[in-house]
Amino acid sequence: MATAAAHGHGSDKNYLNESSGLWSWLTTLDHKRIGIMYFISVLIFFLLGGIMALLLRIELMYPGQTIMSADTYNQVMTYHGSIMVFMVIIPGIPAILGNFFLPLHIGAKDVAFPRLNLLSWYCLMAGALLAFTTLITHKVDTGWTFYTPYSIKTGTSVTTMVVAAFIMGVSSILTGLNFIATVHKLRAPGMTMYRIPLFVWAIYSTAILQVLATPVLGITLLLLSVERAFGVGIFDPALGGDPVLFQHFFWFYSHPAVYIMILPAMGVISELITTFSRKVIFGYTAIAYSSLGIAGVSFFVWGHHMFVSGQSTIAGIVFSFLTMLVGVPTAIKMFNWIATMYKGSIQMQSPMLFAMGFMFLFGIGGVTGIMLAVIPINVHFHDTYFVVAHFHYVMVGGTLMAIMGGFYYWFPKMFGKMYNEMTARLSFVFIFIGFNVTFFPQFILGAMGMPRRYFDYIPAYYSLNAISTVGSWLIAIGFLIALYTIINGLTKGEKAPMNPWGSKTLEWTTSSPPPHSNFDVEPVITAGPYEYR
Amino acid sequence: MAGNHGDSQGHHITPLNVYLKVAGALFALTFLTVIAHHFSAQLGAMAAPVAFFIATIKAVLVMLWFMHLKYDTIMNRVIFGAGFFFLALLLAFSGLDIWTRVAEFSTL
Amino acid sequence: MSTDSHSVKGHEHHFAHHFRSAEHEYETTKEGIWLFMVTEILMFGGLFIGYSIFHNIYPEMFAEGASYLDWKMGFLNTLVLIFSSLTMALGIFFLQKNEQKKAVMSLAITILCGAIFMVVKYFEYTHKFHLGIFPGRLLDVAKVGVHHANLGMYFGFYYCMTGLHGIHVLLGMGLISWVLFRTLRGDFNSNYYTAVEGVGIFWHIIDLIWIFLFPLLYLVG
Repeated sequence: MATAAAHGHGSDKNYLNESSGLWSWLTTLDHKRIGIMYFISVLIFFLLGGIMALLLRIELMYPGQTIMSADTYNQVMTYHGSIMVFMVIIPGIPAILGNFFLPLHIGAKDVAFPRLNLLSWYCLMAGALLAFTTLITHKVDTGWTFYTPYSIKTGTSVTTMVVAAFIMGVSSILTGLNFIATVHKLRAPGMTMYRIPLFVWAIYSTAILQVLATPVLGITLLLLSVERAFGVGIFDPALGGDPVLFQHFFWFYSHPAVYIMILPAMGVISELITTFSRKVIFGYTAIAYSSLGIAGVSFFVWGHHMFVSGQSTIAGIVFSFLTMLVGVPTAIKMFNWIATMYKGSIQMQSPMLFAMGFMFLFGIGGVTGIMLAVIPINVHFHDTYFVVAHFHYVMVGGTLMAIMGGFYYWFPKMFGKMYNEMTARLSFVFIFIGFNVTFFPQFILGAMGMPRRYFDYIPAYYSLNAISTVGSWLIAIGFLIALYTIINGLTKGEKAPMNPWGSKTLEWTTSSPPPHSNFDVEPVITAGPYEYR
Repeated sequence: MAGNHGDSQGHHITPLNVYLKVAGALFALTFLTVIAHHFSAQLGAMAAPVAFFIATIKAVLVMLWFMHLKYDTIMNRVIFGAGFFFLALLLAFSGLDIWTRVAEFSTL
Repeated sequence: MSTDSHSVKGHEHHFAHHFRSAEHEYETTKEGIWLFMVTEILMFGGLFIGYSIFHNIYPEMFAEGASYLDWKMGFLNTLVLIFSSLTMALGIFFLQKNEQKKAVMSLAITILCGAIFMVVKYFEYTHKFHLGIFPGRLLDVAKVGVHHANLGMYFGFYYCMTGLHGIHVLLGMGLISWVLFRTLRGDFNSNYYTAVEGVGIFWHIIDLIWIFLFPLLYLVG
């Protein structure tokens, strides 16, 4: 597709060995290195959040107190949620894979504002460190949503946590701002908007959400801090304020944030499906516009988190109806992916396994989402494990599967090494089975009425909870195998060829790993991204 | 790499007298706001919308001429406009809820 | 690529290596600036929405709150900020005309206006503190003699909105000082003034927000 020159010749310089030393990394402006820095930090956060998840599941293995007190449970639950949302899934795909591959995909030498890019990493680090200081002071126990009036009244370090979330929000805004400008302005000659890979469309749609939604979170969290400091009463019903307004402000950001988490995953899946089906993607324009469609609709649906909050019935009905609209662009994507696989030469490499795992799990997560959009069902299932299972099917079954698949797919390009395919597949088997064992019982538990966010439950829920806990260990084993695969690949992996999967997108036309300026010769694009047949 | 770029003929230069006229209009409208305020008793419920309307005109003047949006790219205008659109959305839906909410009182 | 910028003919602007030309860099930076400004609008907008909702719920309380403010102070500050917006725009105008000295003068006047604004603000704040008017639960109910129990909310909005705006004025003054210094150093000319333009847009946003704050806080009641 591209007419970039071959790169086999001479120098072994690439972005990894261009310069060395910790300082050269901490001050780098290279989007690829920043992507790697994001990868390392997000991996650490993920391990922390994951350990907390395991602890929560162990506590829930038996009714009554198992390993931690109720207060500790509330705290661990809060940190699990906050870490996974603000530090893992939101920066996950855009900041790691997006940073690394967006410029490569569009034939640019870097993102539009490399300094802002580095600053955004430092913001995430600063926010994360600040958030972790609350572990030493007064551990936060509000849940990641910081709902008022409890968050105003609790004596824990909510203010610090909220300021940390604000700073991480700045990081997210800077990433989004950078990506929008990059996609608009830095495309290589001939790279029209309809020739950019679908991953870029997804990251682009995500970036729009990051820029437009995050500032409202910023002011909401700021107002919450002011509320705690001065008791101005905007969100405090005792002072004539409106706690539901906090939820409006919060979900105006946090619902689009759900799509900040899932849209990039959909972009990754589009790449994986077309590559491993060896077939041009079915319905390129439909998938591209459905990304923008999901981004657009996401701003109109936030009220579905608030059906039992005391929101007015009329608003609830409007939000319920609008929420179902999300199903349309999402289904467009699903059907197009399936149509792409139809009569393709499907290769069951590990990235493809994760992509198909994504489609299966996200299908369940998506359909239960439509169920929850219906007010009568929602009122019944509200704050039960049904909701927990639903969003874990989307966030873990969707986003995390896509991160894993995408990471295996691009690993050879990022590090110039191949990983062991067998252990990669083994990690998929454990993660996929473990995930279903963990979360499918939670749908049943929710339907049986088990409420979320409690450290205890009645004995009738015991067996399903025990199954769920065992499942969480399977997931943990799966991720440990994945970690082994990565470390083994980095240390002992064979040298990766330029294009191990026979992909057609632009990043595979440069050497693995890519040189500092991405392409030795600026590519000129003459055709679309997926010219398989 | 092409050499001669960024020269001023590429960018619009607003004439000096346009800036002065816009500033004059802004000062005049500020006085108008205050004058309207002194008739707020007569305006009644219209006082707030009138003040807001005048402020909007002033804001548009600032955006178009001082911030050069009149001569900027369509994309930049869309980007900036999007901010106001999504704010209106937040107000509309929060308002929809709050103004249609039925107060419920405890029967206890 | 060992260096991160290209030299384009002696005195002209050096642009970063991932851009094709100085104009390309200018357009991209400009778009980045506008994207950032949208986030500013949305952040302040959240406060305005909160204000308008509660103003609608408690009109009398808000009227009482506004009665404690001196509209003449707000009026003076409005005039000062509008004038500073003009001088900011003129600073860019003079750079476009390669009249660096006049540009420096304009920028200096802009900073001065910002300072005047903050001084007026300082007197307003200290006067209110003196009267016991603080936000939220710190409001000295007995000393002020309030009629509405939750008047602290109005002053919560007042201090939040004007405070956040004031922080932006200080930030803007800092940024203008930076471009003023760079203008003196000779960094900017009719070919390259992107940073000044960006700072200018930021300063106009500050003006824009004040244009709405003035009638909302001081007049409507």
